Amino acid sequence: MGSAFVLPLLILGLFVALTGLSLPSIKRFGLHFIVSPAWNPVKHDFGALSSIYGTLVSTFIAMILAVPLSLAIALFQVELVPPVIGRVVGSAIELLAAIPSIIYGMWGLFVFAPFMADHVQPFLARIGGNLPLFKGPPMGIGMLTAGLILALMILPFITSVTSDVFRMVPAHLKESAYGMGSTTFEVARKITLRYGIDGVVGAGFLGLGRALGETMAVTFVIGNSHRISASLFTGANSIASTLANEFTEASDPLYLSSLVELGLILLILTVMVQILSQLWLRRMRRKTGKGM
Amino acid sequence: MKKFLLTLFLIAFMLVMAHAGYSMTLNGAGATFPYPVYAQWAYKYEKLRGVKLNYQSIGSGGGIAQIKAKTVDFGASDAPMRAEELKKYNLFQFPMIMGGVVPVIHIKGVSNEQMKLCAKVLANIFLGKIRKWNDPAIRKLNPGLALPDREITVVHRADGSGTTWIFTNYLDKISKEWHKKVGTGKAVSWPTGVGGKGNEGVSAYVQKVNGAIGYVEFAYALQNGLTTVRLENRAGRFVAPTIRSFQSAAAHADWAHAPGFYMVLTDQPGPESWPITGASFILIYRVQTRPNRARAMLTFFDWAYRHGAGIAKKLGYVPMPEKIVKLVEEAWKENLKDTQGNPLWK
Repeated sequence: MGSAFVLPLLILGLFVALTGLSLPSIKRFGLHFIVSPAWNPVKHDFGALSSIYGTLVSTFIAMILAVPLSLAIALFQVELVPPVIGRVVGSAIELLAAIPSIIYGMWGLFVFAPFMADHVQPFLARIGGNLPLFKGPPMGIGMLTAGLILALMILPFITSVTSDVFRMVPAHLKESAYGMGSTTFEVARKITLRYGIDGVVGAGFLGLGRALGETMAVTFVIGNSHRISASLFTGANSIASTLANEFTEASDPLYLSSLVELGLILLILTVMVQILSQLWLRRMRRKTGKGM
Repeated sequence: MKKFLLTLFLIAFMLVMAHAGYSMTLNGAGATFPYPVYAQWAYKYEKLRGVKLNYQSIGSGGGIAQIKAKTVDFGASDAPMRAEELKKYNLFQFPMIMGGVVPVIHIKGVSNEQMKLCAKVLANIFLGKIRKWNDPAIRKLNPGLALPDREITVVHRADGSGTTWIFTNYLDKISKEWHKKVGTGKAVSWPTGVGGKGNEGVSAYVQKVNGAIGYVEFAYALQNGLTTVRLENRAGRFVAPTIRSFQSAAAHADWAHAPGFYMVLTDQPGPESWPITGASFILIYRVQTRPNRARAMLTFFDWAYRHGAGIAKKLGYVPMPEKIVKLVEEAWKENLKDTQGNPLWK
């Protein structure tokens, strides 16, 4: 019983503490903080826009890559291969989820970034032609690499939850569909996917929450510069990477409180994602409860 | 279960106590710039005298913050504090070691100390105004080098840093535009480039990215085998980063007339002087509540001054000249007291 009250109190306490510590910055910059692209410790001018932008864009890249891919892997595991192989693939993927993020970061910097610089980025620049997305020198580090690493990190989360959901689809539903002459593809699309859709969305939100706050791996490869650029090749930063980089050295009170305010914004973002996912799940449950 | 935990706790406690009784551990935190030499000194000193020195290289700003919060025995910073500020926090500052900040590059086909850069070109590269390695301004300085048509990737520090402070202080002095747009700081608003965490991070990025230019403390360039450049100094000569050129820059400093040992060594005169030289400072409280610890700390610094020069030089640092050591130790006698007002150093 007691612990049920402790958790909401803890979250509330976090909010209060972060808000309290970021008061100097809130007072100085107000709402302008959120839309200002400035980040100048010398002139004491701070804004969150470049960090928010980097967080959202890197997360977006990760999501559009990881969600379809995990769906495909989960369907493959559950619908297409014999259960034994499915379990092997499943545990391999869960193993990926257990790798600490710093390992992804180091691998990203020392192995993946040079590969991006030598092969992927020149290729994209060639086929991308004049797209502003793929402009700039192929450094290997930057927004795109960060997004890809993030995709790799959230992929196992989404996959393992999704495949669990798919496994819970009642066998008689699938068997009836097959009995009526459905192809495997039709069963996957119309029965498994539809039955498990709320679980899939929940898994997606889980991955989203993780991608938003991921720190170490992103810090290694995102390039850490406060800049908003259309190109995915240039260095950027996320809220979490800014905090990881600059907290220890922020001796000036306004600088420190601006960093805390960044943390507050990240907390609000994550809480919003959680609330949205809860609302969504509730709605889906009501719907599927009546349906299948 | 409770009993077990209690026993465990007691054992841990006893271990900690036993350890504390066995040897004293001095805690310091701050600049990453002198970390390699402090670590070596600490290692040697512990073997010789049994006093352990635990130095955390969390950055100069962190060092100042930690000493203000009194969580460490001493702080270390590459950016000197001004005399007024020292007074405000009742702190005492002295220089411990000197060294150079060096631009490092990664261009295929260009080897160590081959490229020449002048102050203006360096500033324009970091301002993002010179974008390619075959820019006419760079070609003019390096007629013999085959420079590729490759974009320049500027690598700077992502965290706040005393190394950045020394580097931007130099650019601030030699470029009006830099002064107006960016200024001097441990963290600045960089006009271009990507950021790496720590000297290590910058080294790693420069090694990974073809066409990169960054700046690191000399020891990191030495240890990682990075490609350094020759820089034009105030006397108009192109000098390579060596201990001799750092020493030449340091020789021009007039420590005796620097209140609170506030001294910046960038852009010094002298035909041999390396233009981006800096000193690293130690910060301690003027009044020490635990005189024994304070004395042990000063004994360590004294040992480092007198016997640490060899280690320092091997790592690419410039030890403090004897004359200045005397000056510093005189200042210890005058300024550092225990709570009763007795001097700590005799």
